[in-house]
Order: sequence, then structure tokens, then C-alpha cells
Amino acid sequence: MPRQDVELGVPLEWLGIVDEQGQVDEELLPDLDDELLVALHRAMVLSRRFDERRLQLQRQGRIGTFAPAIGQEATQLGAISALGEDDWFVPSYRETPMSLWRGTPLWAVLLYDAGYNEGAEPPEGNKDLPIAVPVSSQVPHAAGIGYAARLRDTGEVVLVSFGDGATSEGDFHEGANFAAVHEAPVVLLCQNNQYAISTPLEQQMGSQTIVQKAASYGIPGIRVDGNDLLAVHVAAAEAVERARSGDGPTLIEAVTYRLSVHTTADDPSTYRDEQEEERWREKDPIERFRRYLVDRVAMAEGDVDGLEDEVAERIDEAWEQAEQRMAELGDPVDMFDHVYAERPAYLEQQRDAFQAERGEGGDDG
Amino acid sequence: MAELTMIQALNLALHQEMAADDAMLVLGEDVAQTGGVFRVTQGLKDEFGSERVIDTPLAEASIVGASLGMAVNGCRPVCELQFSGFGYFAMHQLESHAARMRWRSRGRYEVPLVVRMPYGAGVKALEHHSESKEAFFAHVPGLKMVIPSGPRVARGLLVSAIRDPDPVVFFEPKAAYRACKEEVPDEEETVPLGTSRIVREGDDVTLIAYGAMLARTLQAAEQLAEDGIEAEVIDLLTISPLDDSTFTASVRKTGRVVIVHEAHRSFGPAGEVAFRILERSFWWLESPIRRVTGYDVTVPFFAREQAYLPDADRIVRAARTALREE
Repeated sequence: MPRQDVELGVPLEWLGIVDEQGQVDEELLPDLDDELLVALHRAMVLSRRFDERRLQLQRQGRIGTFAPAIGQEATQLGAISALGEDDWFVPSYRETPMSLWRGTPLWAVLLYDAGYNEGAEPPEGNKDLPIAVPVSSQVPHAAGIGYAARLRDTGEVVLVSFGDGATSEGDFHEGANFAAVHEAPVVLLCQNNQYAISTPLEQQMGSQTIVQKAASYGIPGIRVDGNDLLAVHVAAAEAVERARSGDGPTLIEAVTYRLSVHTTADDPSTYRDEQEEERWREKDPIERFRRYLVDRVAMAEGDVDGLEDEVAERIDEAWEQAEQRMAELGDPVDMFDHVYAERPAYLEQQRDAFQAERGEGGDDG
Repeated sequence: MAELTMIQALNLALHQEMAADDAMLVLGEDVAQTGGVFRVTQGLKDEFGSERVIDTPLAEASIVGASLGMAVNGCRPVCELQFSGFGYFAMHQLESHAARMRWRSRGRYEVPLVVRMPYGAGVKALEHHSESKEAFFAHVPGLKMVIPSGPRVARGLLVSAIRDPDPVVFFEPKAAYRACKEEVPDEEETVPLGTSRIVREGDDVTLIAYGAMLARTLQAAEQLAEDGIEAEVIDLLTISPLDDSTFTASVRKTGRVVIVHEAHRSFGPAGEVAFRILERSFWWLESPIRRVTGYDVTVPFFAREQAYLPDADRIVRAARTALREE
């Protein structure tokens, strides 16, 4: 009856490919088309500038509260670019860079931010679930979508994204466990941005890492440098491949940092100091990837810089489109739509009463 | 045509719908190997396989949450939560997501999902196994809330719920599971959601009930008939969306109403039914609306559960009061 270590039987790894100084581990470098690399850089810059513009719009009172992804662009774009067009994406509420990559137009994001439900409608043909606000509640959805994909033999994979705080919630555990038990084709992407609003990781969990939770579900886990786009992409591509080939879910912990606010209602200075933010600014994922691109992909500094004007113009146009759409969507009677496939009689009566009241000041009896 | 208990009738509905539609799945705790704690899903795994009839981990939120994902991706899941008293673990999946997915996605995603839960007191069960909290679910826009009273309507309602494009919470009265047998036709039969039915006709007083309380309400009607009082008995069947046309017509005929449910009184379904009567039929009322309900206390342990539940005598007394008052 010896006393010995328990064998967990699942691999848990760390992965980084391009470090903060731009040093590259050649052996780990993925073979990606230059075109894709350039597109990913462009998407990171667009996402950053879009968040910055939205922060301005929010302060001007033109849009409402939203959750910027500043600092997490490499995690999000590295992962989402490993997913196929016919795969499913199940977001939380901080995944604008991923949604944009999947084809959600900028104006739709702005429409959502400005308080119009229509901004949550996924574009035609795209298999993204709408934003899920209650933390981690979307993880079981991914397990079910994956189960159905396997049952119906569609070949689809599901990528679900959530934060570090989400791993404290029961739904993360239940969803991961369900996916693991049924070997559903699911990629569990945890964006560990170090804080759940003001609560730091060490107050969120007793475990040293998030990736180790994979062992409790009997699935592989990989912890990656979340500010290294290539590392995240490699980890996600492996997880997608594993899922697609029938070997079940993977947990990816992408270690990154939220450089900005939790949402526009948040003030990070109340819970973290500037030196810490400064240390993470030095690890900025966009700057790191830009240096890599200029070195490796024979891009001139000028090509990269030229992006800024193009991106600014796209965002200007998007805001114009959003404003136009808002003007078209002025009628609040739309709130009675899509509650059920068919509107029940009592709801039809409420809708009629609402219309009548607006028309002639009746009552809502 | 066979004489079936409600359990057998529900099982028939599940068998026939699974055979008719490959997209239909059954999932929940212990539903496959043992056929569920009440055996409603018995035999399904053998006929349709363990990919479509799934024993899940013991976790209600993920049973409902994963079902939602399955529904969004082309399946028609029917999940079972072992007792409605454990349904609160899944409340946020129902309220925050199942009820809202169509609305949130502007009609892009549908959630054709049925969540079956045995509910109600009267079977000498443990704590948390006797609740009747249909009001929780009926309060949520986007959900439908259905409660059958007997074998035949249970089968017809479950078939309609499975085919419905929206999420349906389907409460099954444990006390009526094996209480009686009824002729249930082999061939397809549906009972449309959102409709109620007149179970007994009468001109003197309208008794409105549903679920396990229907049998007790009918007993009360028989007792009243012995004294020459003819009660009209209405079985609501669907709590939400509530059909108010049937009871409106009845109330306008009788002018007197008693509403019966085993759910707690305050903020219970009787309040909603009564208010709809006031809104539409106030001028036809001959006396104040009465309600006979569970009390506003946690359902007692089973030694006292019958004292909590409405019974025929309480219903008769309420009806007599309604008839006496002007």
C-alpha cells in the first residue's frame, strides 16, 4: 500500500513563441501565410482603435456602457483565426475583436453599444451566438452545440470564450464537465486578464493556474502567453484539430492583461497601480506582433503605419452607418417582436394598447 | 386505444415523437439506463440508443444550458430535471438564455426545448420534492408553462410542447402520475398549447384549476351537485400563455368564480386569472372571486402535506361562499 503521486493522465503545457523582446523560438514557429499574418495585424489595430473610439463615444454620451478588449487582442485574434468559417463561436461580452474577425460589421457593434437589440443579431450565415452577459453562462451552450454537431456529424467545432472570473462560476464547471464527459468538439478559451472587475486572480481561486483545472475534467490543457498572437494561434489550432478529429475538448488559458477598464463604468485606479499597468504596457501584444511582422514578413514600417488612416476612415464610416440605422430603428414597438415565434393574444393586446396610447393617450388596460 | 397512466401516456408521446423526428433527444439525470426516477423515459434508450437518450452529469444548469446549445444547432431536446425543487439550479439558463435567445438574436436562433419537471405535493416525498412554483416560470416572457392534469391531455400537450418552436417548461403532477388510468389513443393526438378546456359543464359557479388539483376540484363539483349546485370546471392546461377566452365565457355565464391551485397564494397564478376576470368580466360578477390555494408557507414535510393542500371540502366551502355572497 504505497503512498505515491496520483497520475492525472492529462498533459498540461506552457507555450510561448515570440517573447517580449521579439525573440522567436524558430522550432515552434507555425507555418502561416504572410497574407494571414498581415490580416491579423490589421485586425488587431482595427480592434484597438475601435475600442479607443468607442471610449470617446461613450464619454460623449453617444453610446452606453461596453467592455473594451484593449490589451487582449492577440489572445482573441490568435484564437479566433484558428476556427473555420463553418464552426461555431460562443462569446461572452468582451469579444469584439473576435466578432469583427467573424464578420460582425463595426456598425452592428455600435448599434448594440447604443442600446439597440438589432446590434445583437448575428450576420446572415455566421454561426456566432449573441453576446452572453451573465458570466460563464454560455459555456454549457457550447457543450450542447458541440454535442449536436457530433451527433449530426456536421464536422463543426465550437469555440467558447470566457474570462478568469468565469472559472469560479458553476456554469463553467458544468459546461466543461459536460463537454468532457461527452467528448464534445469544444475549445474552451479562458482569457485570463488577471482581474474580474477589481478582484485579482489570487482572490478568485486557490489554484496556481487556470489551466490546471483541465485536469479535473480529464482533458488536455495548455497555458499560453496571451500577448503572443502566434502562441495563442498554435494552441487554438491544435485544440480545434483535436476537437474536429473526435478527441474532445481542450482548455486554453491565455495569460494576458486588460490594459483598460472592465467596462466604461469602472475605474481601475481604485484597485491596481500604474506601475503594474506600465509593466504590462511593455508587453503590448500589437507592438510585439508589429515588430515580428516588420522583421519577418518583409513589411516596411510605412506599410504598417499606413494602416492607421485606413482604420480611422473605416470607423468613421461605421459610425455614420450606425447613426443611419438608429434613425431607421426609432420605433420602440419593435420590443414586442421575437418574444415567441407567434405573438400570443395577450401580447398582441398589449402591443395594440401601446400603439393606441402613443397615438391618442389611451390607457394600457 | 389503451388504458394508460400519465407516466405511460408521457412515455408514449416521447416514443412516438422520437420515432418521428431524428432530431429529438432526451437527456437528464438517470433518464437512459433506468428510464428516470419515475420511469417516464423507460425503454427509450433501448429503442433510440444512448446518443439520443443521454444520461447526463448531475448538474441541472448544464442539462438545460447544453440542451439550449443542442436546440440552436438543429436538435429538439427534451430534458428532464428530476424534481422541480431542483429546477432553480437551471433557472438562470431558462430566464437568461432559453427565454431570450430568439429575442436577443432577433429571430435568428430558435430554442425548441422542453424542460420536463415533476412537481407538487401529495406523494410523501422529502423536502424540495413537493413544490408548486409554476409562477416563477410563468412570469418569464419567452417561456411557455404547461401543466397537464391527466394521462390523455398529458400526452397531447407533451407532443405539442415538443413540436413547439419555443422553450416550454412542462410540469408533471407527481400526485397524478399513477393516480388513474385513461383511454389514450395510439394514433397521434395533440392538445394545442395556450388553450384551456371545460371538463364539466354547469351554470351556477365556475371552478378553475389545473394539474393535480383538477381531480380534487372535480370531486368538489360532485359534492356540490349532490345539493343541486352545478359547477362548471375549467382545466387551464397552459399557465402561460394563459388562455382567458374559455374562463371569460364561463364567468359571464355563472357570475361566480373559485380558482384552485396548490401553489402558494400570494403572487400565485390565481392572482393573474382573477385580474383577467376583473379586467374583462367585472360587470358579470355576482360575488367576489374566491381562491383556494396552498398557504404562504414552505410546503410542510409529508406528515402535514395534506393539510397544506387544497382539498374538495375547502373548494366546496369556497364555492358555497361565492354562491351565498352578493
